This record gives sequence, C-alpha cells and structure tokens, in this order.
Amino acid sequence: MTSLATPRVGVVLFPGSNCEQDCVRSFRALGAETEMIWHGEKSLPDVDLVVLPGGFAHGDYLRTGALARFSPIMTAVEEHAAGGGLVLGICNGFQILCEAGLLPGALRKNVGLKFICAWAELRVENADTAFTRRAQPGQVLKVPINHFEGNWYVDDETRERMVANGQIVLRYTANPNGSLEDAAGITNDGGNVLGMMPHPERACEALLGSEDGAVILGSVLDTLGLSSATSGVR
Amino acid sequence: MRFTAEVKVMLKDGISDPQGQTIERALPALGYTGVGEVRVGKRIELKLDAEDADDARAKVEDLCDRLLANTVIESFEVEIS
Repeated sequence: MTSLATPRVGVVLFPGSNCEQDCVRSFRALGAETEMIWHGEKSLPDVDLVVLPGGFAHGDYLRTGALARFSPIMTAVEEHAAGGGLVLGICNGFQILCEAGLLPGALRKNVGLKFICAWAELRVENADTAFTRRAQPGQVLKVPINHFEGNWYVDDETRERMVANGQIVLRYTANPNGSLEDAAGITNDGGNVLGMMPHPERACEALLGSEDGAVILGSVLDTLGLSSATSGVR
Repeated sequence: MRFTAEVKVMLKDGISDPQGQTIERALPALGYTGVGEVRVGKRIELKLDAEDADDARAKVEDLCDRLLANTVIESFEVEIS
C-alpha cells in the first residue's frame, strides 16, 4: 500500500435524529469520509465506523430508543458490531444501543427530573480503548451534555464485571444525573461499541467552547488508521 | 377470538423512581399526610387475535419482553379479557 485509506464513517439518520449534521461536520473536519445512512436501509454501505447520533429517534415514544432498535438498519448495525466493527452511540444513540442489547444496562430519567443542558467534565478512566487512545489516563475532557434520560443503570453483577474490565471508560467528575458509577460513557465486553451521553461532536471547535470532543472522535479515526495499516485491507 | 389485554409496566422494586419521588414530595404541600411509596408506571391497552386466553397471554408476554417493557429496569403484568 502506498497510502492509508481514509477512514469511512457512517452516520445513521432516524426520524427524529437531530445531531447527525454535527457528527458529519466534526468527523469530516478530523479527516474522515462520511456517509449518511437512512434508518430504513437494510444494509450498511462500506463504512468502518457506525455512529448513532443524538436526537429523539421515533419521537422517543414508549421509551428512549425502544422503537429505534427495531429500525431496519439496526440488524446490519448488530452484525457490524458482532464482527468487531466499531459503533459509537451518542446520547440518544447510547440509549438505542442499550435498548438493542449492544451495551449493558438502561438509561433512566435523570435524578431531579430535569432536562440538563450544560457543560460536563469527563475523566478518561480507560485510555486504552479504540475510542480514547488519544487521551492520557485520567485526562479531564470538557464536553456538553443535553439529555433527560442519562441516568445509567445496570445490575450489580454486571456492574462489578464492567468496572473490573475497564468498561466504564468515561466518568463525570460531578455526577449530573444520578448515573451509576458516575458513568458518562461505557463500552461492551469486546470494547468495539461505545455509548456516551455527552456530545463530543459538539466540542470539536474552539469557537464552540471546547475542542476536547476531538480527543474521542480522533481516537476512533486513529484506531481505524491503525487497523487499516496493519490489515492492509483498505 | 378477539381478546383485550391490559399491560401494566412498572419500574422494578429497588429501581429509584424520580417521578414517584417528586409526586410524593408535592403531596404535603397540598395538605396530604401519611401518603407515601408513590410509584409511577404505564398502562397499555391492546386488542389481539388469539386461539384462546392462554395463547393471548403468551403473545402479549412476548410483546412485553421484546418491546413494551425494558426488563433491565421494568417489570410487567398482563391481564387478558
């Protein structure tokens, strides 16, 4: 290979998504190629990373993410994840991944019953993941949150296993919503699926108040660059 | 046969219920005392075709497991009539 292929990022658009353009803009600015994927499609285009963006997919009716997990594209997303492909769920995307069983636990209403729109500080607890390799261990990132159901819950047994495995990747320095383990972002067992309530795609430009989100998004692109360099597939 | 199902979805015992807690805190302001342990849930009604009541129950319970309840945090009860 003479040059590394550009990482390809697919952003799924559900009816009710509202952060998909932010994801596209930020990933492009970091050097990725992006493609929007309608939720009604049954297969994924040729992408390395699938992003489930924030918003209110299917109106969040019944429960957040409950109906979105049955969108036709989700079968392909599950297959992509099962094959080790990277999946990033942000905010509503995190809620969808939990409903789909791609991540453990569930997101409850915030303690205090307030919709919270604020800056949050996230501590990188595990810098040895596909989504955090650009960070220093313990580094604190300033990233905004914007949600009503971010209060993550999981049973004790799973929780202990996840802590031991380093799957609580990002913790709030000041818990805003009651989330167990102060968790802001978690991965699955395999480490190839990350769900996080904060919005890194909204914190990639100094003009917006923080560029720390680029640590997360850039880490994924680094991971994809490394995997294409080692596998030589792309 | 056509059956009617009533589904009650509640947060599991031990899962904190911020809505219930908020209602509970509001009650004293309205002059109610001795009222507590408020829990908020959902009631879902639906009609379905099934062979008999057992078949209807089995179908609705499957529906609850897959969609109507998130069994990580919620429990459900089904009544068929």
